Amino acid sequence: MTGTKDIWVLGDYRNYFHSRVTLQILARAAGLSAKTGGRVCALVFGDHVDEYVNEYIAHGAETVYVIDDPALKDYSVENYSFLMTRLVKEFKPETLLVGATRFGQEIAPRVAKYLKTGLTADCIDLDIDAKGRLVQIAPSFGGNLIAKIITPEKRPQMATIRPGTFQELKHDNDAEGEVIRLPLPSDLPAKKIRCIRSEYKPSRNRKLEEADIVIIGGRGMGSKRKFKKLFELAELVNGEVGATRPVVYADWISHDALVGQAGKHVKPRVLFSFGVSGAIQHTAAVTDADFIVAINKNPNATMMKMADVAIMADANQVCSGIIRAVKEKIRD
Amino acid sequence: MFKIIVCIKQVPMVSELPWDSKTGTLKRELAQGMMDPASRRALEAALRIKEDRAGEDQETHITVISMGPEMAREILYEAKALGADNGVLLSDRKMAGADTFLTSFILAEYIKKESPDFDLLLCGSQTSDSETAQVGPQLAGELLIPAMGYVQSIELDDGMVRVQRHVDDFMELLEMDLPGLLTIDQGAYSPRYVALEGIERAFHTDDIRTVNAGDLGLDRDFNALKDSPTRIIDVYSPATRKENQVLKGAVKKVVGQLFDEYGKIISGAMGKDLKTHDHEGAK
Ligand SMILES: Cc1cc2nc3c(=O)[nH]c(=O)nc-3n(C[C@H](O)[C@H](O)[C@H](O)COP(=O)(O)OP(=O)(O)OC[C@H]3O[C@@H](n4cnc5c(N)ncnc54)[C@H](O)[C@@H]3O)c2cc1C
Ligand SMILES: Nc1ncnc2c1ncn2[C@@H]1O[C@H](COP(=O)(O)O)[C@@H](O)[C@H]1O
Repeated sequence: MTGTKDIWVLGDYRNYFHSRVTLQILARAAGLSAKTGGRVCALVFGDHVDEYVNEYIAHGAETVYVIDDPALKDYSVENYSFLMTRLVKEFKPETLLVGATRFGQEIAPRVAKYLKTGLTADCIDLDIDAKGRLVQIAPSFGGNLIAKIITPEKRPQMATIRPGTFQELKHDNDAEGEVIRLPLPSDLPAKKIRCIRSEYKPSRNRKLEEADIVIIGGRGMGSKRKFKKLFELAELVNGEVGATRPVVYADWISHDALVGQAGKHVKPRVLFSFGVSGAIQHTAAVTDADFIVAINKNPNATMMKMADVAIMADANQVCSGIIRAVKEKIRD
Repeated sequence: MFKIIVCIKQVPMVSELPWDSKTGTLKRELAQGMMDPASRRALEAALRIKEDRAGEDQETHITVISMGPEMAREILYEAKALGADNGVLLSDRKMAGADTFLTSFILAEYIKKESPDFDLLLCGSQTSDSETAQVGPQLAGELLIPAMGYVQSIELDDGMVRVQRHVDDFMELLEMDLPGLLTIDQGAYSPRYVALEGIERAFHTDDIRTVNAGDLGLDRDFNALKDSPTRIIDVYSPATRKENQVLKGAVKKVVGQLFDEYGKIISGAMGKDLKTHDHEGAK
């Protein structure tokens, strides 16, 4: 049985911030479908979800499959994975893309398992090869390498994508899309998970993602005590402090300061990067910085190569030097 | 008897490697295997459940399983030294190169065959070497049991668990019927460590069973690398080089240069005016 050329994107709308990832993926899907033909489609499950249906159409979805039913009021991995699997089997999209929110990361592997297809986690780009197949581009484990991955036979081709990886399209109120409303299947399995309470609690602060100046410290800062200097600098320049993985593992700063594949994506006007080697899992999340100043003893570190200004010196000394300079220069 | 299975993986120590302070490069020759930090937390959760239950005179049995090369036996001994009751290594050439789809398949085959009567299955939320966070959910999908990810605390209650977790800005309290699978969040269940002698003692007891593809009844021509639904077609290093300016020399000098040439950009982002040094009208 041959399928369609359609590209599906899971509508992960639960909160506004994370819902952007759906918009971002829709934008990339539009670029891909220009090469493969087929429609860009969004999937929306829930109770009273018209507002999201319209939002996705305004951001590039040509078709939206909707199941709108009070039984789908709660976000539920059990229900969503059952419904996604069912719809994929019925409508046969070529590609299925899911945002790497935590919900997306729980649901995508299950759906891939039910459909007996592959799934590439955390893509940093997507492309189409000469044979029209989806090329899933992701950091490859361990080293500082990027792998191109395909799903040669199984369909759909599936991938998850981190929030912040792609740029969403402009909201277009005049965009038109087809809305396909489907009834809730009568054989939804009995729930084995019950939600007792779910409270919106944005405890992880968003300051890092929104800051104009971000100061990232890597293992080259040397110690927890020395790392603290970065907070002083941050306060002085109205910046926020982020860190690499070894630094959060060593507990020099809390886990929510992690920048990279497993953490936050930053897009400051100025990024200071102190003692960071520049592994791909980290740099994938800083490429949107307008201007990068890297400080490293090793001029060959990747972070130095991708900086606008690369300062070859001791990270701690330069940090203190900048603090001194800014204090002198601030007009009071 | 409450039966817990914990899936643990051995990973290279790459991100914890020391660097050579002279050259500023990593000492890769020191890369060695360790228990994946997330798996360690999953094991810790199991150990605490066991301890809590022991306090109420209730029995708990913990089995740890790992799929990997012969070397992965080390982390199973370590898990036993920490308090696991039984360790099993799933190891076979034919299992090498498994992606998450096949890793979860193989783990599930073992569980179905040898311990189908488990109550709780625990995994880490994501491994430090691949961080796909896919094996847990796929294992649950394979076994057709409910699962919840990123769990921060677990409370057992007659045939079910109550868990707390923080996902996508929602603090959730959920209930799940058992048997079921939980993946443990990276910030939860700070693990205990065991002294080296403990691990050595475990080594001497020598009761880690090895299970191969044949034991699991996998097809003769089963080959994890070939059977994986995804394929790597190219690997390359990212092109990151920018036309840039390299500053070197005394700290005072380079910091001076930085502000002389780029002070405007920095002060603009700061939202504060900076004096552009002594020579007025510097660009
Ligand atoms: C699946 C996976 C996911 C990952 N996800 C992330 C992620 O989300 N975020 C992340 O950051 N990492 C992540 N990593 C880890 C990543 O691969 C790197 O190991 C990590 O980013 C390196 O951190 P670092 O640059 O601080 O340390 P190192 O690589 O050790 O680099 C330290 C740098 O400091 C320099 N240095 C040393 N001393 C000084 C000094 N006195 N002055 C100036 N410079 C000095 C050295 O030359 C070196 O370049 C992930 C890895 C894997 C496998
Ligand atoms: N080869 C393996 N053997 C045993 N458990 C594994 C293996 N691979 C992954 N796991 C488990 O799955 C979790 C998540 O792994 P991953 O999906 O690779 O990020 C780990 O923390 C382990 O608990």
